[in-house]
Amino acid sequence: MPTVELLFSALPEHVRTARLVAAAVARRAGVDEAVLDEVRLAVGEACSRAVGLYRSSGADRPVRVVLTEEEKKFSIEVGDKSPEAEDRPADAASVPSARGDSPAEHSEPLPDGSPSSSDSSEAEDEGQMGLAVISGLVDDVEVFSGEYGDVIRMSWPLNPAALS
Amino acid sequence: MDLSLSTRTVGDRTVVEVGGEIDVYTAPKLREQLVELVNDGSYHLVVDMEGVDFLDSTGLGVLVGGLKRVRAHEGSLRLVCNQERILKIFRITGLTKVFPIHTSVDEAVAATD
Repeated sequence: MPTVELLFSALPEHVRTARLVAAAVARRAGVDEAVLDEVRLAVGEACSRAVGLYRSSGADRPVRVVLTEEEKKFSIEVGDKSPEAEDRPADAASVPSARGDSPAEHSEPLPDGSPSSSDSSEAEDEGQMGLAVISGLVDDVEVFSGEYGDVIRMSWPLNPAALS
Repeated sequence: MDLSLSTRTVGDRTVVEVGGEIDVYTAPKLREQLVELVNDGSYHLVVDMEGVDFLDSTGLGVLVGGLKRVRAHEGSLRLVCNQERILKIFRITGLTKVFPIHTSVDEAVAATD
């Protein structure tokens, strides 16, 4: 059972609320203070991405954020999980590798395109950059396929000694 | 916390002072401001991020969009930022290679490449 579960309408103005809740629950769970900024940012990225995907696909679904305090880690899942996704292993191909190996390769900050590129292509760039930020920040990330798009699961160790 | 924006002219540069949180909700306001400045003929921008409490990839996308726009007019977009947690986001996305990042507005205004 999750420690805290949050459902919000897929609107940009609610992403900040999700960040605040996630940071508060993470702090209470014992996530190191130094890491809370990363938790806040990663959750914001995952929620922004979900909001963008749901809106562009016209899915009238809330964004689901599940915050779970486990024995040795704190995990956050963002997205809407379909029943079959439960059995499916992580889609390793769709998640950029974790921090360490040249993070810049995951993002193309200045893709070829005219300076007057449309807002939609900028939005796509932002979606890609969101994943790049998450993969650069969080060591333990999995992306599952869900019925309404990806489910991103991230976790952080709770044992301060493991953080160094 | 919302986004605050103010602009002022220093020589041939336009300084945009940004405060608060730049995220998926507030970033469109920053985008509008940058588009408006470029449309009005301000092609040399200095974005002062010292008052920014939070920045995500949506904000990065807007800054990259601004850079594309000023470059189309042979302009420049320089950032002022000393906050480690904000700088980290530029580093992990490789954008420190794309934006000139300065430690003060004076330095950014004086910079010529």
